[in-house]
Amino acid sequence: MLLNIWFFLWGLLWAVYFMLDGFDLGLGTLLPVLAKNDDDRRMIYNAMGPFWDGNEVWLITAGGVTFAAFPTTYAVMFSSLYAALLIILFALILRGVTFEFRNKVDKPFWRSVWDWCLVVGSFVPALLFGVAFANIFKGIPIDQNGVYHGTLFTLLNPYGLIGGLLFLFLFLVHGSIWLAVKTEGELHERGISVAKKLWPVLLVIAVVFLGASKYYTHLYDNYFQKPILFAIPAIAAVSLVATRYFLGKGAEWKAWFASSLTIVTATFFGVAGLYPNLFPSSLDPKFSLTIYNSASSPLTLKIMLGVALTLIPIVILNQAWVYNAFKHKLTEEDLAYDEAY
Amino acid sequence: MDAVFLSRLQFGAAAFFHFLFVPLTLGLSILVAIMETKYVKTGDEDYKRMAKFWGKLFLINFAIGVVTGITLEFQFGTNWANYSKYVGDVFGSLLAIEASLAFFLESTFIAVWVFGWDKLSPKAHAACIWIVALASNISAYWILSANAWMQHPVGYTIRNGRAELVDFFALITQKFAVLSFLHTVSGAYILAGFFVMGVSAYHILKKQNVEFFKKSFRIALTFALIFSVFEVVQGHLNGAEVAKAQPTKLAAMEAHWETEKGAPISLFAIPDEKNERNRFEIGKIPGALSMLAYHDSSATVIGLKDFPKEERPPVWINFIAFKTMVGLGFLFMLLTIVGWFKRNKLEESPRFLKIMLYAIPLPYIAIEAGWMLTEVGRQPWIVYGLMKTTDAVSPIAASQVLISLIAFVVVYTALGIVDFYLLFKYARKGPAEAVAAKS
Ligand code: HDD
Ligand code: HEM
Ligand code: HEM
Repeated sequence: MLLNIWFFLWGLLWAVYFMLDGFDLGLGTLLPVLAKNDDDRRMIYNAMGPFWDGNEVWLITAGGVTFAAFPTTYAVMFSSLYAALLIILFALILRGVTFEFRNKVDKPFWRSVWDWCLVVGSFVPALLFGVAFANIFKGIPIDQNGVYHGTLFTLLNPYGLIGGLLFLFLFLVHGSIWLAVKTEGELHERGISVAKKLWPVLLVIAVVFLGASKYYTHLYDNYFQKPILFAIPAIAAVSLVATRYFLGKGAEWKAWFASSLTIVTATFFGVAGLYPNLFPSSLDPKFSLTIYNSASSPLTLKIMLGVALTLIPIVILNQAWVYNAFKHKLTEEDLAYDEAY
Repeated sequence: MDAVFLSRLQFGAAAFFHFLFVPLTLGLSILVAIMETKYVKTGDEDYKRMAKFWGKLFLINFAIGVVTGITLEFQFGTNWANYSKYVGDVFGSLLAIEASLAFFLESTFIAVWVFGWDKLSPKAHAACIWIVALASNISAYWILSANAWMQHPVGYTIRNGRAELVDFFALITQKFAVLSFLHTVSGAYILAGFFVMGVSAYHILKKQNVEFFKKSFRIALTFALIFSVFEVVQGHLNGAEVAKAQPTKLAAMEAHWETEKGAPISLFAIPDEKNERNRFEIGKIPGALSMLAYHDSSATVIGLKDFPKEERPPVWINFIAFKTMVGLGFLFMLLTIVGWFKRNKLEESPRFLKIMLYAIPLPYIAIEAGWMLTEVGRQPWIVYGLMKTTDAVSPIAASQVLISLIAFVVVYTALGIVDFYLLFKYARKGPAEAVAAKS
């Protein structure tokens, strides 16, 4: 029971991370497409301004909770995905400092260097998180000691790449809708129209991914055993369609929530298929890391559950308050504000 | 070069770099909070400008602290996989709590503070920076109790082939954790105090915004004075705890070779590790080491020779790091006491102001020396007495670690240069320009 709760929380933390940081990463990647001049670019930075750091903390928490609840998985997952993870972290570093550095010197060259850091620092994690998770769904070549038999390029197999594209396009759509949420006028229109143009591509990738999962992974085994689980991809499909519907109606907030739900359920599509594995081995199922062979002791799990159940609601309330405080549409006035990016 | 050595180098480099920025965050957040509280209480606009000016420097520094912390969080998994497997049950929870408790508060309230100057009432706005300051300092407690557990493992048992938790409370209340926390944050407050005093001294010397910077200087001076005195007194408790828990580190940091009663401290010596003695010693104070370690000048202190060679940490590094830290600790106390007597006539003491300007790097050196002592002195153990560093590493190729190490050095050096450039640039501006300058 305790183990199942932790498995669920583990999946939930990653899903929430993808949902929240997803729009930052998507919007950052689209900077050159969405912005025509420096004011546009500043608008985009400020649209993410008060949120991106809080979003990124979900990644730290997901990592920390993996460590606390499933230390063996933490150890094997991050050492076997060594190169991919460090590339993601370096990219996130570039993205993070860009926010603080870009506006500190008023020179076009300086600004464009940091703009490119934002683009690369957003694009790379968006893609690689997808590649990494698709590979986890598929199974990683680890032996009984958790030693990885492969290289960085082993991860760039067809299924991994489809997963990467899926995450990338989920985030791109999510990010351009967020721009529409936070701005008015031309930028708002551009956000909506880019999201509309990307949406059919996303749909195709999603269909291919669902099909490829049947071919490359064992994710569906759990689904055929417990058909009720099909509700998860069903919700994902409905919310993906709803995203387009609300975009067409010009209801950007609703579209954004629908797109959030799509990301969460898409993540859970994989997570539910994994159960009870956390990090399956493609060499031999016996070597897979599961909630049974990689978890912490019951005492640690209980203490951490107490911590999680008190803290997570506080965190959610706290972040909801911030989103609410800064939910208004940005205007010229916001750009003129002393501390604006 | 093997994966162990390279991983040590990489972790050390990443942690050191992280800790170039962390202490200013810990201390300056409190100073800014104090300034803003003065604004709320007195309504004096000067204090508001003060909070904004120093807040700007705070944010430039904060950015790097945040991004470099993230890599540390994952490096236990990437580079120390066997360590993480073996002790994760005990150690992982402390790290997870640090993230979920402290970092969330910090990251959300800093955003509200930055973007909320005209959205919140002055009181609520000041509360935000207090929460940031509190959350940062709380995060330090969790991570330091994790580190303290590596220095002095408690509250666990060996079961199922790994260390498992039996007493969580013991982990977070053990003396090592409390002392390490007090010592590290006080060091951070000294650093922040010296930073503000140094930058203020620069402006007073240039005769720009003299009143503004005199006020800043005095706030920082009081703060630094209190903690400089506290640090020196409290540091001795750390020494006594090290004597009890880590006798090899104690012997190494004092270059103490022979087990003897009434062991001395030498003010200066050149340790000779090959021949297991000191080549040159001056200023021996008889009985001082015994006194420091056991509060009894005739107590016996075990010398390095009585520990197997492979269990001794590198003596040179520990010895130099310890002497540097202690020497600087006394210097900080001296400088802040002198400053206290000059506090109302600062413009008349250009020499003192110049010293304070050039003293900015010193607390950085003291703090990094302290960590050097703590971490290198723990070797060859990753968890003292429980697990060796060589057993802790991930089963990964050395070439991979070499590449990532080079990437760390290149990226961090570049970021460090940009960040210090911006800090200089904004520190040299007056409060009005620094706040307005943007686009
Ligand atoms: C919670 C744990 C923790 C914390 C708070 C710190 N460290 Fe540490 N440190 C480690 C956990 C650790 C480690 C993972 O355990 C290492 C890697 C190899 C080893 O023996 O310990 C280590 C090694 C290590 C080394 C290399 C020592 C050697 O291999 O000879 C240095 C120089 C530092 N650290 C410096 C620091 C600094 C400057 C810190 C300030 C932030 C710091 N450490 C905090
Ligand atoms: C070596 C182990 C350490 C790890 C794994 C670690 C982890 C982290 C992480 C993930 C962040 C980013 C948080 C964010 O995004 O807001 C961070 C920042 C921070 N860490 Fe560490 N940390 C370590 C050592 C320390 C120590 C020893 C202290 C304090 C004494 C400390 C204090 C802080 C503070 C105050 C911040 C806030 C950001 C800033 O400093 O500018 N950390 N750390
Ligand atoms: C006379 C004064 C001082 C004494 C006797 C002293 C003593 C010590 C000792 C014994 C340790 C090792 C603790 C361990 O291994 O766990 C230590 C660590 C450390 N010291 Fe000092 N110290 C003094 C001054 C300072 C000053 C002035 C600073 C910084 C401004 C500083 C910063 C540190 C830091 C950051 C550490 C590592 C963290 C820790 O383990 O607590 N110390 N100190």
